[in-house]
Amino acid sequence: MQTNQTVKEIKLAPIRNGTVIDHIACGQALNVMKILGVSENNIDSCISIGIHVPSTKESKWKDLIKIEDRELDSATVDKIALIAPDATISIIRDYYVAEKYTVHLDDHVSGLARCSNPNCITNKGEPVAPEFTVVSRHPIQLRCCYCDRILTNVSDNLL
Amino acid sequence: MDLYDKDVVSIRDFSKDQIEGILDLSQKMVPYALGDKTRRILDGKILGNLFFEPSTRTKLSFESAAYRLGCDVIDVSEMSMTSISKGETLADTIKMVDAYCDLIVLRHPYEGAARLAAKFSINPVINAGDGAGSHPTQTLLDLFTMREAKGTLDGLNIVLVGDLKYGRTVHSLADALTMFGAKITLVAPESLQMPDDIVSHLEEKGCHPRKTAVLEDVIDQADVLYVTRIQRERFPDPSEYNKVAGTYRIDNAILREAKNDMIVMHPLPRVGEIAPEVDGTQHARYFKQAFNGVPVRMALLSAILGGEMRCRRIRQ
Ligand SMILES: Nc1ncnc2c1ncn2[C@@H]1O[C@H](COP(=O)(O)OP(=O)(O)OP(=O)(O)O)[C@@H](O)[C@H]1O
Ligand SMILES: [Mg+2]
Ligand SMILES: [Zn+2]
Repeated sequence: MQTNQTVKEIKLAPIRNGTVIDHIACGQALNVMKILGVSENNIDSCISIGIHVPSTKESKWKDLIKIEDRELDSATVDKIALIAPDATISIIRDYYVAEKYTVHLDDHVSGLARCSNPNCITNKGEPVAPEFTVVSRHPIQLRCCYCDRILTNVSDNLL
Repeated sequence: MDLYDKDVVSIRDFSKDQIEGILDLSQKMVPYALGDKTRRILDGKILGNLFFEPSTRTKLSFESAAYRLGCDVIDVSEMSMTSISKGETLADTIKMVDAYCDLIVLRHPYEGAARLAAKFSINPVINAGDGAGSHPTQTLLDLFTMREAKGTLDGLNIVLVGDLKYGRTVHSLADALTMFGAKITLVAPESLQMPDDIVSHLEEKGCHPRKTAVLEDVIDQADVLYVTRIQRERFPDPSEYNKVAGTYRIDNAILREAKNDMIVMHPLPRVGEIAPEVDGTQHARYFKQAFNGVPVRMALLSAILGGEMRCRRIRQ
């Protein structure tokens, strides 16, 4: 098992400095990429993406992303928590894991996503940030604090 | 328990105890709502009616409730129309109206508008309907009407019929009825049945509503028949509308199957859902229901502006 694990991890090249986002809910890697907002214009380091990679955790499969030479700010990490609540963030310095934590989703979410109800007052140019209450974590379900609707399609409504 | 200075945004903000407290107080308000007694406990207060959408019934009954308690009313609906045309945000309109009155009653086309208003207003806000969102004072007067007729809500067999999909009043009504142990039957064509997320919410709270499209199958067990309007706009095909609307028309023939003391309710206005011949029967409660808007809104105003529910526990 141990050797097997090592073989799997080697599938994505090790990085010297940067960030590893591991244990992303299967199928969400590309949405996490959207949150990272990287494009050929604003990055000149290497990014590797693993999609549908075997996981040792109960979910069996996961996605993961390794980005060289970048550390994530807290707003970015909070958004990742909205679509990948079990993701771990490892900061790699000189090939070693210097810091590691699991993303955290508060019971109350403010300003990270917009409400999917087009008739919601928060989508009408009012001076307020959209706010949600987390009603379920697996799968993630957010209820709008204004219109009371469950947010459908979190990844399409991230701000 | 105390509602002094509190907002009324959604029926979900209330505990069962609070709702019961409001219904009890509403009962005490009936003679004052009828004008048989007078009680000017809100003398000197000003209510601001801010209606961004026309609504005769709700607006009038708030006005009536306020005047019965000696509270003055300013109608800022005219201004709301001008603010919209000038592109003013609701937040700004609210901050201004807030300065002119002691309580704001808001009707608005967008969901969540009342929550937003409550956030920007220093004075309390009562939601008088926000888009397809909630309309808590309607729910309270519906509960009051049922309890008044039946003595209790516990164990009542409530049949909700009509547009259960879009009708905002039935969603919060079903929610509240669950809290009081009522049994619910949902009668609607498949296309207008109650949305799954609302049904599963009811189920989580221990209520397992029965669903059917055939009113005749369930009407004999009903204690309350709550009829809602089926809106023509919901149907792309007018012939489909006519078929559905015709299926659920309540007349004396279908009422022959009902229990003698079964009551028929409707939030009004009706457009043919209930035949006028029903008006004269012992079943008809919809005009009483409309009147009940006054004592219930009086109870809310007196609790919010006058602290009427404050010393309840001490007095008991
Ligand atoms: N130098 C490196 N280059 C690229 N990825 C690395 C590097 N060092 C560690 N990682 C990756 O960072 C993540 C966290 O490392 P860690 O050693 O904590 O993994 P782990 O023991 O598999 O823990 P977990 O239980 O989170 O899977 C893993 O996905 C690991 O593959
Ligand atoms: Mg691992
Ligand atoms: Zn919303």
